[in-house]
Amino acid sequence: MTEKKLIEVYNLRKYFPIKLGFFKSLLTSEVPLVRAVDNISFTINEGEVFGLVGESGCGKTTTGRVLLQLIEPTAGKIFFKGVDLLKLSHAEMRKLRRKMQIIFQDPYESLNPRMSIYDIISEPLHLLKLVETEEEARKRVYEVMEAMDLTPPEEYMFRFPHELSGGQRQRVAVARAFIVRPEFIVADEPVSMLDASIRSEVVKLMQGLVQKFRLALLYITHDMALARYICDRIGVMYLGKFVEVGRTEDVTQHPLHPYTEALIAAVPVPDPTGRRTKVIVKGEVPNPINPPSGCRFHPRCRYSQEICRKEEPQLVEVEKGRFVACHFPLGK
Amino acid sequence: MPLLNVKNLKMYFYTLRGWVKAVDNVSFSIEKGDSFGLAGESGCGKTSVALTTLRLLPSNGKVFDGKIIFENMDLLQLDDKTFDRKIRWKKISTVFQGAMNSLHPTMKIGDQITESILAHEDVSKEEAEERAKKLLDLVGIGASRFDRYPHELSGGMKQRTMIAMSLACNPDLVILDEPTTALDVIIAAQVINVIKELQKKLNLSMLLISHDLSLIAETCNKVAIMYAGKIVEYGDAVSIFKESLHPYTTKLINAFPSVLGRKTELSSIRGFPPDLLVPPSGCRFHPRCDYAMDICRKEEPPVIEANREHYVACWLVGGKK
Repeated sequence: MTEKKLIEVYNLRKYFPIKLGFFKSLLTSEVPLVRAVDNISFTINEGEVFGLVGESGCGKTTTGRVLLQLIEPTAGKIFFKGVDLLKLSHAEMRKLRRKMQIIFQDPYESLNPRMSIYDIISEPLHLLKLVETEEEARKRVYEVMEAMDLTPPEEYMFRFPHELSGGQRQRVAVARAFIVRPEFIVADEPVSMLDASIRSEVVKLMQGLVQKFRLALLYITHDMALARYICDRIGVMYLGKFVEVGRTEDVTQHPLHPYTEALIAAVPVPDPTGRRTKVIVKGEVPNPINPPSGCRFHPRCRYSQEICRKEEPQLVEVEKGRFVACHFPLGK
Repeated sequence: MPLLNVKNLKMYFYTLRGWVKAVDNVSFSIEKGDSFGLAGESGCGKTSVALTTLRLLPSNGKVFDGKIIFENMDLLQLDDKTFDRKIRWKKISTVFQGAMNSLHPTMKIGDQITESILAHEDVSKEEAEERAKKLLDLVGIGASRFDRYPHELSGGMKQRTMIAMSLACNPDLVILDEPTTALDVIIAAQVINVIKELQKKLNLSMLLISHDLSLIAETCNKVAIMYAGKIVEYGDAVSIFKESLHPYTTKLINAFPSVLGRKTELSSIRGFPPDLLVPPSGCRFHPRCDYAMDICRKEEPPVIEANREHYVACWLVGGKK
């Protein structure tokens, strides 16, 4: 494919130091670190939807925030259209933010309760000085509200967030992200708080906008089934690292990593006759301060062998565009 | 005879703007050993049904009509004391939504289960502790964690503790309200497995309330679909999921992305759930229905038995007969 790369991430790391109590800090010279994101690299092409999938605590949200420079990475490089984001000044970054937006998970907390819907949606236009007159702003607001199916706009414009349902609020959050006509959006579990029936509606509207404007989207989710419907490519994360990256249909239908297999098996299927043999992993995500030796997944893996405990598997390309980090990839 | 029989239940909430018709003429029954799934969007009144059954309604909730028959008693007619002594926890217990936050933070989980046994049954402390340990084993937490505090456990384990506690007095019916909503995928799958195992081992009867049809498809043998305070379709799980008759049910099922098999177009339901202060006239689903006819706007469809034990309230189906 001759796609243009929009986002390039190389060897990204983000470690959070843990605050110790006063006495503990006297006793130890080393500050323990949570390795939230530990050496990941990926690219997102123009008009592509890349999914980050994993359980909570695997570092997917941190990755999204680091990309937008909401938090500073510990190490690594991030390029947006060839520009190294880490070398930009605050003012330059601020300008670039117009092209990069984020949609947060919780529509109940991400909207200012004291602002009307109109003010919430139009605020970015004023902050980034994208419009000269209120008339222009109004036109843009109408446009995005109609695109998000908040019609007629007059009915919702003067309401406050508490007067809207969860689905409507999340549409407002999406409209607000889209109003500045960004080229890249990080959607951090945008529909996980919504009811399933409303979920598909919001997802469809977002898909429509992504296709219309040829946007690149980083879609963060824990739901493999939903990722299958939205993403072009998927990266499965476990404890700060990619365990598998590939095209969506390949990853969801023929997973190579046991963790991907488990994530897929965990999704309940809305069909009472379609019961499958369940591969349920035992236990929970280990403590990221002291990740297990070797392959980080080995304590929960049902195929784990001696080598998995000792040696960390590297992310290798097994087919074109298909990467997996496992000593014994499934079906290989 | 059904274990629990809800007949024409009407429960409204009083608000300053008027009566919110949260549960409006709802009837269903649960047989012994049934796993009954009550599904619907948020705000459709499914949790209100559970709260009414458990007599835990807030002070502005009022039952206007109907009966909830359990063991030849109408739960709505019992006085509070009798209900507390005879029914609550001993016969009907519950696991609430976000249950992991309902554990006492400064009490060991084992003690909390023991306490709930002692509060309802006349047994010695040793015996109660013994039973608590068995329950912890049963839900896969292990008796060794008897002395743990809730903060030492993960969300999934707390939820399993709550399930263990709901089983403390060998209830006849367990009501599970969104038991997996706040959990991670893999942890949720573990909890679903625990529920399924318990069904097999204890022949447990349960009422499972969820907006997640896939959870219900995995665990229930009977399903009722609720919309805007009413049950619109009701039957055994296979016929509901495979031969749904109500347009709402069909849309709801197709709104779920499936990770396996053919990738089909996701359906979505246009519009938003109605305001239950002034529900739409006729069929409550008609403003969002693709097949709405004149009669749907005017008259409420009756509940008819379309196929054996498969009930539906829709004019489309009534017309065919």
